[in-house]
Amino acid sequence: MAIDPTSAPALPKARTGIAGFDDVTFGGLPAGRPSLVCGAAGCGKTLFAVTTLVNGATLFGEPGVFMSFEERAEDLAANVASLGYDLDGLVAEGKLAIDHVRVERSEIEETGEYDLEGLFIRLGYAVDSIGAKRVVLDTIETLFAGLSDASILRAELRRLFGWLRDRGLTAIITGERGEGQLTRQGLEEYVSDCVILLDNRVEDQITTRRLRVVKYRGSAHGTNEYPFLIDDQGISVLPVTSAELDHGVSDEILSTGIAGLDAMLGPGGFYRGTSVLISGIAGTGKTSIAASLLDAACARGERCLSFVFEESGEQICRNACSIGLDLRRHVESGLLRFEAARPSLFGLEMHLARMHRDIVRFQPTVVVLDPISALRGPSSEVQATLLRMVDFLKSRGITAVFTSLRTDGTVEDADDLGLSSLMDAWVKLVSVEANGERTRTLYVIKARGMSHSNQVREFRMSTAGITLVEAYVGPTGVLTGTARVVQEAEENAAALRRRQESERRKRDVLRRRHAIERQIAELRASLEVAEEEEAVLLTQDEAREAVMGNERLVVSARRSAAE
Amino acid sequence: MSDPRQSEVADEDGHYRLRLYVAGQTVRSMAALANLKRVCEEHLAGRYDIEVIDLVKNPQLAAGDQILAIPTLVRRLPEPLKRMVGDLSNTEKVLVGLDIRPKVVVP
Repeated sequence: MAIDPTSAPALPKARTGIAGFDDVTFGGLPAGRPSLVCGAAGCGKTLFAVTTLVNGATLFGEPGVFMSFEERAEDLAANVASLGYDLDGLVAEGKLAIDHVRVERSEIEETGEYDLEGLFIRLGYAVDSIGAKRVVLDTIETLFAGLSDASILRAELRRLFGWLRDRGLTAIITGERGEGQLTRQGLEEYVSDCVILLDNRVEDQITTRRLRVVKYRGSAHGTNEYPFLIDDQGISVLPVTSAELDHGVSDEILSTGIAGLDAMLGPGGFYRGTSVLISGIAGTGKTSIAASLLDAACARGERCLSFVFEESGEQICRNACSIGLDLRRHVESGLLRFEAARPSLFGLEMHLARMHRDIVRFQPTVVVLDPISALRGPSSEVQATLLRMVDFLKSRGITAVFTSLRTDGTVEDADDLGLSSLMDAWVKLVSVEANGERTRTLYVIKARGMSHSNQVREFRMSTAGITLVEAYVGPTGVLTGTARVVQEAEENAAALRRRQESERRKRDVLRRRHAIERQIAELRASLEVAEEEEAVLLTQDEAREAVMGNERLVVSARRSAAE
Repeated sequence: MSDPRQSEVADEDGHYRLRLYVAGQTVRSMAALANLKRVCEEHLAGRYDIEVIDLVKNPQLAAGDQILAIPTLVRRLPEPLKRMVGDLSNTEKVLVGLDIRPKVVVP
C-alpha cells in the first residue's frame, strides 16, 4: 500500500520494519517516545516488540535493549529463532542487549521505603553499553506481582516513562489486557503517546489476529482494525483498505491459452490487469480453464501465483496433465506457485492478509483464486473481502482469475451478480443436460472494453487440451454433445439424399434427351433414305425421258426415210 | 552467583555475608546502611560483613544480583539467597528476612 510520505506530519517516527504497520502509522512508532502495546495473552506482543528491536538493529542501524520481565534471555532467543532472528548473534555484535529482570515475590522482603533506581541504573547501563536507540520493556506489569507497594510502583513507572522520553529512547512497553481497561494496571495512563492494541479473536472457531492503533498523539493513523499474521516469516500487518479506482490500465492482450476462447474475444484475449470471473457448477471445467491460462502465462515467462482452496497444487498439476498441460515444469522453474489452504483454516481477513503478503513477496503478474465461492462467511463480508482483493490486484496491474461455483440457488445467484459487477470479464460455464448426457458449454457473458462473441460454444476437454466447438444452432434449437453429432449426421444424410435425388433427376433428363436425340437421328436417317429415293427416282425419270426422246427421234427419222 | 570472594567464608558456619546495593549517597541509602549496621551489631556481632555497592559507580553489577529496587540488601550467605528492599527501617521484617528471627505464622 503506497502511502505518500510527504503527507505524514513532521513528528519523527521510528520504523518498525513490520510489513504494513509502518504504513498504517504513516512511518512507525513515535521516535524517542514510549509506546504501549497491549493485548491478551498469546496476542504477539512480545513478538511485535522483538521484531521492532531486531529490525531496528539490523535494518535501521538503531541498537536496542530488550528488558524482559517474564522470559529468560535464552528462552526468548529460542522462541524467536524460528523466525530467523539470531538474538545471540546480535548481542555478540553489540547491536542488542537482553536483560532478564527476575521478580520473585517470595525472595523479596520489603523492609521500608524504596524506589526503583536499580531498574533505571540497569536500563541506563544496558542502553549506554551499546548506544541503544530502542528499548522494550516486556511486560513491566510483572513488577506489580513482585512488589506490593503499588503507589511506589506507579510513581516509579511514571518516572521511568519520563526518563525514557528524556533519554530520547523509542520504547515499547507491553501490557496484558485487563478487565474494562487496556492493561491490568492502567499503564495507558502513563504511556499516552501511542497505544497499540493486539487482539486474537475467535469467531466460528476461526481465529483472526487484529491490530488497532488506539491512539497516536500528534499523528494521523489508520483507525481500522487491521488483520495481522504471525507465521514463519514473522509479523505482517495488512492495511488492505484501498478502495481507489485510479489504477493504471493496460492495452496489452493476454491469451487464455485456449484458441477457441481467444477467438471469441475481439482482441484475441483478455486485457492485462483485468479481473476475470469463471463461473460454473462443479465439473464444468473452471479449474481447467484457469490451468490453461496459467500454462499460457508461464509459457510467456510470467510469474503466476495460484491460491487454491479445494485442492493441493500437486493435484492440480496432475489433473492438468489429463488435458495436456504440464504445469509441473512451471512449478519447478519457479514461475508458478501454488498456495493451498483450506478455507476454514483462517478467517476471511486472514486469507486476505495471507494472499496480500504472498502477492507482495512473489510479485506475480497473474493470480488465480480457485474457487472464491469456497471462502466462508456472511456474503457481505465475502464481497467486501473480494472487493479489496480485486482493488489490490488491479492497483498492481495483476491479471486476476477468479473461479466461482455457481449453483442454482437464488442466494448464490445474487451473490454471483454482486461479484460479477466487480469483474471485467465473465466467462460462464453451463452444463447442458439432454438425452441422458451432459455437455459443457461456454458463454462469454461480458468482457469490458472489447467485442466478444455472444454465441454459445461447446467446451471439450481432451488430452490435446481444451477445444471449443461451435454449437449447432438449427430450427430445433441449440444442440450440443451427441445430439449435435446426431443432428449433424442426420443433416449429412439428408443432404446426401438430396444430392442423390438431384443426380437421379439429372440422369433422367439426360436419358430422355438421349432418347429424343436418337429419335431425331432415326428420322433424319429416314429422311435421308427418302431423299435418296427421291433422287434415284428423279434420275430414272430423267433417263427415261431422255430415252423416250431419242426413240422419238429415231422413229421420226425412220418415218421420214420411208416417205 | 560465582563470586571468588565468597569462597573464603563459604563454609564458615553461621557467618553472614551481606551486600547492600545503593545508588549514590542518598538519605535513604544512608538510612539503610545505618539501620543495617544497627541490626547486625545487635544480633550478629562478629559474624557478619557488609559490602556496600554503589550502582551509580558500578552499574554493571545491578543485573548480577537482579537488583530492581534501591536500596536492596542481599543476604548472600547463609544460603538461600535473600533479598530485602527498602531502607530497612522495619527491624522486625529485617530480622525475619535475615532468618535471625523465625517468621511469626498467624494461624
